[in-house]
Amino acid sequence: MPAPQQRRIIFKHIDAPGYTNDLACYVRHGGYEILKKAVTLPAATIIDEVKKSGLRGRGGAGFPCGVKWGLVDRKSGKPIYLVVNADESEPGTFKDRYIIHQDPHQLLEGIMIASFANNVKQAYIYIRGEFPHGARILEQAVAEARAANFVGPNILGTSYSCEIFVHRGAGAYICGEETGLIESLEGKRPYPRIKPPYFPAVLGLYQCPTIVNNVETLCHVKHILEMGGDTYAKIGTPNNTGTRLLCVSGHVKRPGYYEFAVGEITLGELLNEVCGGPLPGRTFKAVIPGGSSAKILKFGETFTLKNKDGSSRTLTVEEIPMDFDTLAACGTMGGSGGVIVMDDSVNMVEALANINAFYAHESCGQCTPCREGSLWMKKITARMVHQQARSEDGALLKSVADQIAGRTICAFGEACSWPTQSFVAKFGDEFKGYAETRKEPKRADALELV
Amino acid sequence: MIAPLKPDLITVNIDGKEIAVPKGTNAIEAARLVGVDVPYYCYHPKLSVVGNCRMCLIEIGMPAVDPATKTPIMDPATGKQKINWIPRPQIGCATNASPGLHIRTNTAQIKDCREGVMEFLLVNHPLDCPICDQAGECKLQEQSTGYGRGYSRYVEQKNFKPKRTQLGPRVMLDDERCILCSRCIRFCKEVVKDDVLGFIDRGSYSTLTCFPGKALENNYSLNTVDICPVGALTSTDFRFKMRVWFLKQTNSIDTESSVGANTVVWSREGVIYRITPRPNDGVNDTWMADTGRELFKAVRAPNRLTAVKLDGLDTSLEVALNSAGAILKAAGRTVALVGSGRSSVEEHSLARKLAETLGASTHMVSRIGEGDRMLISGDRNPNVRGALVVGLIKKLPTEKLTALGGAIDTGAVTVVVSLGEDLHAAGLTAAQLAKVKIIYLGTHADTTTKAAQVVVPTLTVFEKSGTLVNQQFRLQKFAKCVPGPAGATDDLAVLAKLVVTAGGTATLGDLPNVWASLATTVAGLAAISYATLPDTGLLLDSTPFASLPFCEGETFHYQPAATTATMKV
Repeated sequence: MPAPQQRRIIFKHIDAPGYTNDLACYVRHGGYEILKKAVTLPAATIIDEVKKSGLRGRGGAGFPCGVKWGLVDRKSGKPIYLVVNADESEPGTFKDRYIIHQDPHQLLEGIMIASFANNVKQAYIYIRGEFPHGARILEQAVAEARAANFVGPNILGTSYSCEIFVHRGAGAYICGEETGLIESLEGKRPYPRIKPPYFPAVLGLYQCPTIVNNVETLCHVKHILEMGGDTYAKIGTPNNTGTRLLCVSGHVKRPGYYEFAVGEITLGELLNEVCGGPLPGRTFKAVIPGGSSAKILKFGETFTLKNKDGSSRTLTVEEIPMDFDTLAACGTMGGSGGVIVMDDSVNMVEALANINAFYAHESCGQCTPCREGSLWMKKITARMVHQQARSEDGALLKSVADQIAGRTICAFGEACSWPTQSFVAKFGDEFKGYAETRKEPKRADALELV
Repeated sequence: MIAPLKPDLITVNIDGKEIAVPKGTNAIEAARLVGVDVPYYCYHPKLSVVGNCRMCLIEIGMPAVDPATKTPIMDPATGKQKINWIPRPQIGCATNASPGLHIRTNTAQIKDCREGVMEFLLVNHPLDCPICDQAGECKLQEQSTGYGRGYSRYVEQKNFKPKRTQLGPRVMLDDERCILCSRCIRFCKEVVKDDVLGFIDRGSYSTLTCFPGKALENNYSLNTVDICPVGALTSTDFRFKMRVWFLKQTNSIDTESSVGANTVVWSREGVIYRITPRPNDGVNDTWMADTGRELFKAVRAPNRLTAVKLDGLDTSLEVALNSAGAILKAAGRTVALVGSGRSSVEEHSLARKLAETLGASTHMVSRIGEGDRMLISGDRNPNVRGALVVGLIKKLPTEKLTALGGAIDTGAVTVVVSLGEDLHAAGLTAAQLAKVKIIYLGTHADTTTKAAQVVVPTLTVFEKSGTLVNQQFRLQKFAKCVPGPAGATDDLAVLAKLVVTAGGTATLGDLPNVWASLATTVAGLAAISYATLPDTGLLLDSTPFASLPFCEGETFHYQPAATTATMKV
């Protein structure tokens, strides 16, 4: 049963008894009606509704979707592509997979509406290599929708045609970065492109204007058109409109995926009420609110934020509303909605060692700071955990991370350095004293980290 | 407030210095113009921009303008227009100059950025400079001295990668030294169009390698060694032979075809160790073919001529030349002179003087190969056009000396002066060679030297100075890199003496005098001298020769005339 505070729009049918992922079930529940309405509207009207809705991208950066569509170069004469980013690989995030597994036609309807609005003739779903089951479901769903004339040539008796292709990734986190994804889709190594000049809206897939949207974002497009941009904008809080999916994992009683109006639930309510609080006998220690690359929040710290009227307010971690802007003001980010909870059983050096191992493994290796820095940070934390920690390692880690963030081709530089920067800044004592706290001899059979 | 100087130039401000640069100039090149060094590894002016090394990070800003009124916002402190600086550093290689662009390279943030990148590049670098061939010309060494911290904080184990991978017949790869700049990959892909290199694995374990079943064996493979900023790619020929700081650099010209790629010859104590390309945007950009780099091996070839011979016996130069003079005088007007498309402009002019003195017919042998549409043309003679310019020949050389052979058969020619051409290879039969007296000036033994009455060893292009005229009619100079072997004499000196012994007027066989003479006798060469000729050459007037059917197809900076475009490459 959905928790009472939830407002389920995208996840309306997820886990509903009897709801299946085939076309018949989707149509029975009113599916593709919005697409039928969309193809009767002028494309500009649909784009306007999305702009009015204030929808922000749900992939991690929170960039306004309508603005992104507005940046597309429509005068070049080249085809416009829509690429659906289904490469959900941020540790702690597992929302898109449920849409794909349980309600794929909702995504396809969103894709077709967005494609129609932007005059896209070919849309690609780039799905994560580790989602083979999801890829098969999508392929099946596209075939069904095509047979029913929702996708393909002259859809619904109109002159509009659009094909959807499902493309499977080969298992790399960096393929979730939009320009890396485009390179991968072109059949190359997923090296993110330099911006300028390669902004996807102008020089994207095959050097043509391209829109890259997250799975959840495109699902929202369908509901925006259904209820109207203005109505949608009333959900949530100003500038943080609509609902968003949150994936809670880690040390809570009821981890899982939830959907809330953006900003209408605080982190404390989410963890204590919706997720049932900490495990018995434990207390919360820290939480990463937006996927593993977001900066960590430490329970007990407070944030003083400025209000619009010039006054200020002080928030504890529990009081932070889960919206894009407040999380950003607290020095972290809403990111991809992956909330990772850590209780007092967690040693922060070891937690960071795990995260660093992930990012070192996933750095594409194109540009110097991220390539060398991510592995260096991994080597430091792995050495601290498995061999010999030094009191100066915390400061060194921070310094290495500072040399990466903001100096790389893509946002992976921030993704790999923000955890280190925030862990060391907030749990410096643990890093400094790690050598003393871990006096026991290293186990011979201790597993190497990833 | 900066105002543009000219319509096609835009003014940018770099560390407070203003400079007008052409549109499209990037920040690195613009900074170079004002003497500001922006360090980089992956950027190369002749390759695409990838921005992966992050060494060229700079701060950029634009003059502030009030969005509502469009008027400049002034800074009361300085009285100048306020600059909106972007807080995040940007890469210089991908930052193109735009009107009013302000660039800062001297801030604390940029210093920190450079120190950071230098440190990262070195953490997994083997630091084996003492045994590395690149030492002395290594960007990693230079820039860690210039921009690094000077100490290491790295205590972890370095990565292990393949050492000594043979990428192709001429290029060796040490992956541990590689900084993954991708210059070599881009060169193969973009310039040679031979896409054989790529990275495998990812992150810090990324490894440069050849695609399976492929090899880096194209004739331009050694350019990857030149553009490798570190010691990852080394030449199997030059590797471990000599420290670069011991080598003397001399400007020269690649003589393997009429392209005339500009080169630098690296030598020490009279021995040449390698040849590398010298940038010339009008001829070879920054590249040259691998084959041209091996030409110096002819200097010490086993068949090099080092002894003056008269009728097969060693003799002195004076005796040999006097005998040659006697032979020439005795022959009357039955002398033929076979010039060489490999001789310099100066040699051509003295050869012409010799031919005029003797009333000799002049001949030349062509060398036609297949052009590669890059830096090797179909005409493998480097200086046919030089011979045309100074008037040694009037029409293009022939593949075989058929006319000369006929003249020998009829007895119209009784003496042949060959300037390094193997007459036998050029089509004259052994019987014809036996029928005439041969005076041979050249560098290497061949069939003709065996048949010659007088053999005078002369110098290779590496042992003398002079000029060549390439396919674009570009006059280019080469300089003496190493002394010639004992027994060999400078071609000009030999030719000048031969002119005198043959009864001509005395001429000094040295460059200044030959050029003084050329300036007055050849219309197209007035006001030119060897000393003042620019290093990048000088384009001569080609219109007098426009009707000649030159045989070359296109190369990087040469388009054949429309009438000859359809001819054999």
